[in-house]
Amino acid sequence: MSLARARRQEGEPAEGMRTFPNMLMRSKALTVVMSLLGLCLLWHLAATAWPSRALPSPAAVWVALMRESASGDLFFHLGMTLGRVMAAFIVAMALGSVIGVLLGLNRRADRFFDPWVVLFLNVPALVVIVLAYIWFGLNEIAAIGAVAVNKIPNVIVTMREGARALDPRYWEMATVYRIGRLERIRHILLPQLQPYLAATSRSGIALIWKIVLVVELLGRPNGVGFQIHLYFQLFDVASILAYTLAFVAVMLVVELFLVQPFERYSTRWRGNSA
Amino acid sequence: MPLVAIRDLAFDVPEGEFTCLLGPSGCGKTTTLRILLGLDTDFSGSFQLPGKGQGRVAAVFQEPTLLPWRTVEQNVRLALPKDERGKNLDRLFESLGLTVVRNLYPAELSLGLARRAALARAFATEPAMLFLDEPFVSLDEQTATKLRYLLLSVWAARPTTALMVTHNVREALMLSDRIIVLSARPAHVLGTFLIRLPRESRNPQVMADLQRSFHERFPGVL
Repeated sequence: MSLARARRQEGEPAEGMRTFPNMLMRSKALTVVMSLLGLCLLWHLAATAWPSRALPSPAAVWVALMRESASGDLFFHLGMTLGRVMAAFIVAMALGSVIGVLLGLNRRADRFFDPWVVLFLNVPALVVIVLAYIWFGLNEIAAIGAVAVNKIPNVIVTMREGARALDPRYWEMATVYRIGRLERIRHILLPQLQPYLAATSRSGIALIWKIVLVVELLGRPNGVGFQIHLYFQLFDVASILAYTLAFVAVMLVVELFLVQPFERYSTRWRGNSA
Repeated sequence: MPLVAIRDLAFDVPEGEFTCLLGPSGCGKTTTLRILLGLDTDFSGSFQLPGKGQGRVAAVFQEPTLLPWRTVEQNVRLALPKDERGKNLDRLFESLGLTVVRNLYPAELSLGLARRAALARAFATEPAMLFLDEPFVSLDEQTATKLRYLLLSVWAARPTTALMVTHNVREALMLSDRIIVLSARPAHVLGTFLIRLPRESRNPQVMADLQRSFHERFPGVL
């Protein structure tokens, strides 16, 4: 036990552990690539069988993608959308977590505010967006705020569960040893909430970027949603697909290189996960 | 109707002594300890801890209560005041046999080792008053005995006023200078049993004698 641990700390995996998971990962990656290529092939066949502007071939989408990235438009609009996604995500997570934890810890407040949460959970995203633009004007604050408001009730519900599941014994230990408020949040509260934070950020990013496109379509002069609206009016399906695929790729990169490594880091204490 | 756990309970714990609070299961021992630790406030009465409120207290709970996401050493250091976080803990870890596991996470420890880590955390803070709430329950007798000796040696090296809650007569006779015997719920003091023998001389023969005289004085208790 201590031997394996010591090796892991030096950053070199124990002998025999090195090859097996790598092979497994490679075969998994290969399957994903094959599966995606298969989808492309199917799409290509369909586009050749029914040639139409409504269903461009993968090659046509690739051409559109190259054109948009050569002009720089693609990166500009991707950047704008990504910025809005991040801003809305941070606002939603911060507000939703604080409210959710407070409700989870205070039974009376929870009973009073629970109907509000249920109400906001069921307000359609489109209504929030339209109202935000009417009340606060066609500006960035209204756009990001509208997206955040759509996500906050979900965060509240998940984080409220997390707060209800907190173990009071750790809190009592902290009281006895007079551990300060900030340290309690960092060392006791956040680690216990981590699984709930992870779950809600996972679903959060996916939901938020879809809503951001709608916000952009309805009232922003740039971003992927704006471009999709533009090409919808031009009936340029190849460009619509090019933007969509580019943004999906960006979100996959975020998931693979930001969300997953952070999750691995914050759950490193769960023993055999390595 | 609220349950009354203790009533008319009054006792003294002399400074520097190891005192045991002994009583049947569910008699309110743990409640007493939680009141002294400031974790239960639903009571009327008063108590005075050493150091006039300035002195530090430490507790070893029934469960080790280590943070699973921090290593043994991080758990111990977190309990220290900020200006003492960097202090040398080598000797303390050494004396509790924790040197090889100080960088492990609690999930990688046996229950016995986790209990030792909880003891290390309590002693590292150099408390003016140490509370122990049946720290050796649910261990096999052999491990528990070993840990009792460890506790005694660490306590001898870092003397402090200690109050331990237990329902194990042998444990109390082995560890303490005085035993405060509590009645069944609602708990009040039945009497105090003083042991003036040094711990080194409490061999099996002496322990058997102590046990006999304890049961003569407190028949029917445990």
